[in-house]
Amino acid sequence: MSYIKCLYCRECGREYPVAPEHVCEFCFGPLEVGYDYDLISKVISRESIQKGPLSMWRYQDLLPVSKEDGIDMGTGFTPLIKAENLGKLFGLKNLYIKNDSTNPTFSFKDRVVSVATNKALEFGFETLACASTGNLAGAVSAHGAKAGLDTKVFFPADLEQGKILGAAIYGATLVAVNGTYDEVNRLCSELSDNHRWAFVNVNLRPFYSEGSKTLGYEVAEQLGWRAPDRCIVPAASGSLFTKIWKSLNELKDLGLIDSVNTRMDLAQPQGCSPIVEAFEQKTFHVKPIRPETIAKSLAIGNPADGFYALKTIADSKGNAVRVPEHEVAECIQLLAETEGIFTETAGGVVISSLRSLAKRGIISAEEVVVAFMTGNGLKTLEAIEHVADPVFTDPDYDSFQEALNSWNGRR
Amino acid sequence: MSIKRVKFTYEQAMIKEPIISMLSKDFDIVTNIRRADVREDMGWVVLEITGKEEEIQRSLDWVSTKGVRVDPISGDVVEG
Repeated sequence: MSYIKCLYCRECGREYPVAPEHVCEFCFGPLEVGYDYDLISKVISRESIQKGPLSMWRYQDLLPVSKEDGIDMGTGFTPLIKAENLGKLFGLKNLYIKNDSTNPTFSFKDRVVSVATNKALEFGFETLACASTGNLAGAVSAHGAKAGLDTKVFFPADLEQGKILGAAIYGATLVAVNGTYDEVNRLCSELSDNHRWAFVNVNLRPFYSEGSKTLGYEVAEQLGWRAPDRCIVPAASGSLFTKIWKSLNELKDLGLIDSVNTRMDLAQPQGCSPIVEAFEQKTFHVKPIRPETIAKSLAIGNPADGFYALKTIADSKGNAVRVPEHEVAECIQLLAETEGIFTETAGGVVISSLRSLAKRGIISAEEVVVAFMTGNGLKTLEAIEHVADPVFTDPDYDSFQEALNSWNGRR
Repeated sequence: MSIKRVKFTYEQAMIKEPIISMLSKDFDIVTNIRRADVREDMGWVVLEITGKEEEIQRSLDWVSTKGVRVDPISGDVVEG
């Protein structure tokens, strides 16, 4: 059962019935899901959660879907790993990596899309859709296949074909749009207004974005029912960042954790850092930019939740960090070499931010820090092509010894 | 008749220009501002435009040529 009460406008507070809508009819502000927390507090407990499945659906009482006949692809309850080696390097005694690359399509997008797909089924949609250049396309296509929905994925026609293989394999209809990134944006906004399709991050956005909260719930539970002192989170639209903060505060308000003294630190790459730019300018106005970054999964120049992300930073006394592009691949490698975790470019952005905050003494050694890895490194191999440097040898003992010595000499 | 919901973002240089007033005067459309925040260094306006499809498009093309950024109100829809 779902404890969703209504949708409400984040700007003017006006309430709406639960429907596939994302914008307030009066002020055009974004809609957010409202829950009956009084009712939830009567049924939820640490024990009730722990009795649930080992997936994001153990937190179903705090999600906006009933899911009785819904789908569960086993998303969530991903590993939270104490990063002893990387922590030592950065002078941090309690550093944890939340590794969300182990989800069914290898990124955190499975969380949001799981909620959106189940909501699409509840609303009786027959088509699931999204516009994406990567992770989202894969997640939507896989969930669409599982749910038996017609699935359409839009992307700019000049996107490398390899990028959309992760969507094509699930049988989705791929729509290559002949136009610029902005034109694809406009087209898809218009399509969502004029077709009865479940555009996961447009007309289902209020529900979709709630799926990100499960990352925060899991971290608190995996830490032994406590909020971390600090979260380092990559930001594209800024939604994930705000929802992790929301999730921790919900747990506190429901008495499932004692307090939230978490600093929320937002990470963006140099080539797409409109939220960091606003933070540095001490304004809540996010000026849209044209993204040019190696971290494609963070390439959102006009972030829908930028304002709210900045509010979250202010409320939590956190930071926003801009990462040089050349450090992204280096930090992917650093995490892999120290912790055996291979993350995508967004993860490299997070590790670089973490290093910067630790170096500057902004993070103290004892703090419980969680760095969020939102996707698998195999998705962005082009970023680390330079890493492979094998020892070339002929197939005999002496050649190998010689080649190895020469290779060692080079390094 | 079509209706379009858009967000205009202004750079500092454009703040003094009466863009929306000119839009209503020079094009056969009706504008309805729903939310706005205009400061000395930048500003944005969220508005609804009603008119014939081609006329709305013509007006938005004109606004873009003036250096105003035009976006869907939902922000970027294309995600990584």
